[in-house]
Amino acid sequence: MEVFFQQLINGLSLGSIYALIALGYTMVYGIIRLINFAHGDVYMVGAYVGFWATTQGWGFLPALLLSMVVCAVLGMVIERLAYKRLREAPRIAVLITAIGVSFFLESTGVLAVGAKVRTFPNVFPEVKFQLFNGAIVVTNRQLVIMVVTVLLMLLLQYIVHRTKIGKAMRAVSHDAQAAMLMGINVNNTVSATFAIGSALAAAAGVLVGVYYNAINPYMGIMPGLKAFVAAVVGGIGVIPGAFVGGLSLGVIEALVSGYGSSLWRDAVAFALLIIILIVKPSGLFGSNAREKV
Amino acid sequence: MLTVRNLHVYYGAIHALKGVSLQVEEGEIVTLIGANGAGKTTTLHTLSGLLKPREGEILFQGQNIAGMAAQKIVALGLSQVPEGRRVFANMTVLENLELGAFLRKDAAGIKEDMEKVFVRFPRLQERIKQLAGTLSGGEQQMLAMGRALMSRPKLLLLDEPSMGLAPLLVKEIFSIIKEINAAGTTILLIEQNAHMALSIAQKAYVMETGKIVLSGPANELAQSEEVQKAYLGG
Repeated sequence: MEVFFQQLINGLSLGSIYALIALGYTMVYGIIRLINFAHGDVYMVGAYVGFWATTQGWGFLPALLLSMVVCAVLGMVIERLAYKRLREAPRIAVLITAIGVSFFLESTGVLAVGAKVRTFPNVFPEVKFQLFNGAIVVTNRQLVIMVVTVLLMLLLQYIVHRTKIGKAMRAVSHDAQAAMLMGINVNNTVSATFAIGSALAAAAGVLVGVYYNAINPYMGIMPGLKAFVAAVVGGIGVIPGAFVGGLSLGVIEALVSGYGSSLWRDAVAFALLIIILIVKPSGLFGSNAREKV
Repeated sequence: MLTVRNLHVYYGAIHALKGVSLQVEEGEIVTLIGANGAGKTTTLHTLSGLLKPREGEILFQGQNIAGMAAQKIVALGLSQVPEGRRVFANMTVLENLELGAFLRKDAAGIKEDMEKVFVRFPRLQERIKQLAGTLSGGEQQMLAMGRALMSRPKLLLLDEPSMGLAPLLVKEIFSIIKEINAAGTTILLIEQNAHMALSIAQKAYVMETGKIVLSGPANELAQSEEVQKAYLGG
């Protein structure tokens, strides 16, 4: 039982990272039907910005905010330069472009900062909380990850449901042409979606840096794919789905590592993707093909 | 209020509008009738900025809006109720109406217009928290019209408002269109139901394969042999 709860806590912190990245995948898919494979690399850039800021002596929160702002801008620039002119193109063209952008960011990362692994400064000296007479250990870093993720998720829910730009995003996602007839500027709305999604990925990058202490230019590939799995499991295009999908995937991986072997972790994650695609392709929270009357 | 001159629109290589010209005066109800595929919806999409014309002029209150961005056209006071209603199904009735006022910043005016919409469509007020996708076809049509009115348009474009509705509802929708017009909004109406459209419009245009083939006062067109044969089943 101790193993279970310990792995649950480990899984929820890992899953929070997946959830933050998955949100960007799902939001972008919802609005322009693109699986943005460069999204994992935005997360990598976010980690490096956080790395730079903390090595300059910035605190955790300023570094987190800086990273989110930088990546928000990066996300908008990627969309404007690479995807915007392909809005009417076949979907496969945009998908291939996204893979290209992904390689571009990774290679630029290697050129700019080198391929070697960097060690994140110790922003939070690790504090361990022993629960149940030491049977379960929670670190302050895990708590930070979970708290920051929940706060960002609440903020996102607020933006999407209560603000004008959020309503515009939902309208464009449902029917872009009808949204235009309301006077909604579709280009700006798509930009805002990329900005918000990328900022969330950046937050995940900084949190991972703080948690695992090690970052490199290729660090976005695997979490990017895992977050994609999480988004599909939750139902791509559905925001709460990405959140639940991310957390579930993290917990499943942690349990597999805890009870079986960590070698099986990735295989289980991708097996889950295959099973979902066979059993319920629209995902846990997705509705089957929205009909437009 | 609206003058369209020699409008040419293409879908790729397909020449969809071949020199459409029409005129809508302030305060009028003008109808554009014609068979499926004649280019009626294409005309409205071009007026709303969803399609860019290759040639021609669209003068709205003296300003050429041909090729202008859709949101700028809405801001000038030209709104559209699209074919098939296209309400935002996964948003509430209230959110749909709020989106109609997306470009406005006058909170008091928005509230006042919302009240007016509820007076005109009491059923929308009853369903204010309901998701638009759960409304019946007639209610969705009312929502789509209410939503367009929330932008306080000077000219309202209506694309097939009677489509798929029961005869009784069609009557109701048409009497509401007349009321909206009487309250000061100019209307350009597209309809398959030529009989109803001609009965409330002052002026009518008949379209065939991308061209205006007939035009004149609505009551005269309703009597004309060609229109009777082709569109009124007479």
